Amino acid sequence: MHGSTQHIEYLLRLADNPLVLGQRLAEWCGHGPALEEDLALTNIALDLIGQARLVLSHAGRLEGRGRDEDAFAFRRDAGEFRNCTMLELPNAGANAGGAADADYAVTIVRNFLFSSFQALQWEALAASADGELAAIAVKSLKETRYHVHHAAEWTIRLGDGTDLSHARVERALAGLWPYAAEFFAADAVDRALADARIGVEPASLEAPWRAGVAEVLHEATLEVPVASKFRSTGKFGVHGEHLGYVLAEMQFLQRAYPGGQW
Amino acid sequence: MVNMVTPFSALPEPLFPLVPGPDDARTAQAWSLLDGVADPEIPVVSVRELGIIRAVRVDGARVEVDVTPTYSGCPATEVIAADIRSALAAGGFADATVRMVLSPPWTTDAITEAGRAKLKAYGIAPPGPLSAAAPRPVRFAQRQVACPQCGSMDTERLAEFGSTACKALFRCRACREPFDYFKPL
Repeated sequence: MHGSTQHIEYLLRLADNPLVLGQRLAEWCGHGPALEEDLALTNIALDLIGQARLVLSHAGRLEGRGRDEDAFAFRRDAGEFRNCTMLELPNAGANAGGAADADYAVTIVRNFLFSSFQALQWEALAASADGELAAIAVKSLKETRYHVHHAAEWTIRLGDGTDLSHARVERALAGLWPYAAEFFAADAVDRALADARIGVEPASLEAPWRAGVAEVLHEATLEVPVASKFRSTGKFGVHGEHLGYVLAEMQFLQRAYPGGQW
Repeated sequence: MVNMVTPFSALPEPLFPLVPGPDDARTAQAWSLLDGVADPEIPVVSVRELGIIRAVRVDGARVEVDVTPTYSGCPATEVIAADIRSALAAGGFADATVRMVLSPPWTTDAITEAGRAKLKAYGIAPPGPLSAAAPRPVRFAQRQVACPQCGSMDTERLAEFGSTACKALFRCRACREPFDYFKPL
């Protein structure tokens, strides 16, 4: 079976989200605010990278041009990545200073906003006409539900915590919220794959996402931020300035030693 | 319980008597070799007890084993495949292939009773049944887990993720021992 160019493009959008967020979360390894959270973040990163590997391998087989998961992960440049921009932002948030300012509130809120979306996406894709994608979705959904659980509990604990933790999680939410609009943006690829019952129409996930997110924010004594006109475009291949730095670290070994193996 | 392919000996009586072929004894032998392959991260349980072996097919000198991963990113998956091949090679199956199958996904409900008993004896609380409802995040509410050391139900969760993605970290308030809980998946 060979997949259409649009099918491959759709799979890259699905794979690059967990790949890039997994790489960002891996930056916390050894730097978590507590040992338990350090372990949690790296375990979540491992799940995400595992999900990305499954989807990228599937894309490579469908494409039939000999590209494997490593070719996709390590030998594409920034403009070929299809992750939503929110996931490439530094752990300190979009507007913070250097990487040394990694902010746990930003990581928790980002994980919460994204995993809530990803769980709905996997749930819908469990019925995909692409049988391999459906199998990956069913498998990944079980993991993603634990990610939502983890991030939602911390959002509540921080939001309904001290004045300082409330202020920091509120600031993180305000900074990340405008990037969430991109989860629901669609183009001809999304529509064609939804029509073919392989993919899911992103807009159909927005109402359940908003409802689930609002419930947790309410419990966390946080206001749902007002909508903004800002639109990020990473899933269409137009990224911010941060993705290049993520790739520089993630791809270094394969760029320096092409084809190198462990 | 997932639909696992059962070894030949465990299948119900067929309507018509089957004449055991030369490969059936070999298939049973391959299954028993898999009893000797331990999970690399929890070496007290075998890959069969963990419920990740889906099928074993013997065709002459060749054997193909279907394995399903526990977690998508589990780093043990590749080690398990290599361990299976070398155990089969040591048992006389020089041409062994391990195939990864995703569907239906692995669930902790597939861990056998013997596997659960061994986990508990090892100090890991075995997973409870998979509840149909997705977990809801409400102020760190947690399920009741019995301490594998003293059996007390007076335990608390310290972290959602433990030493591996499949475990959560708990502490017993009665005997004060920390322990791993194998999370239902």
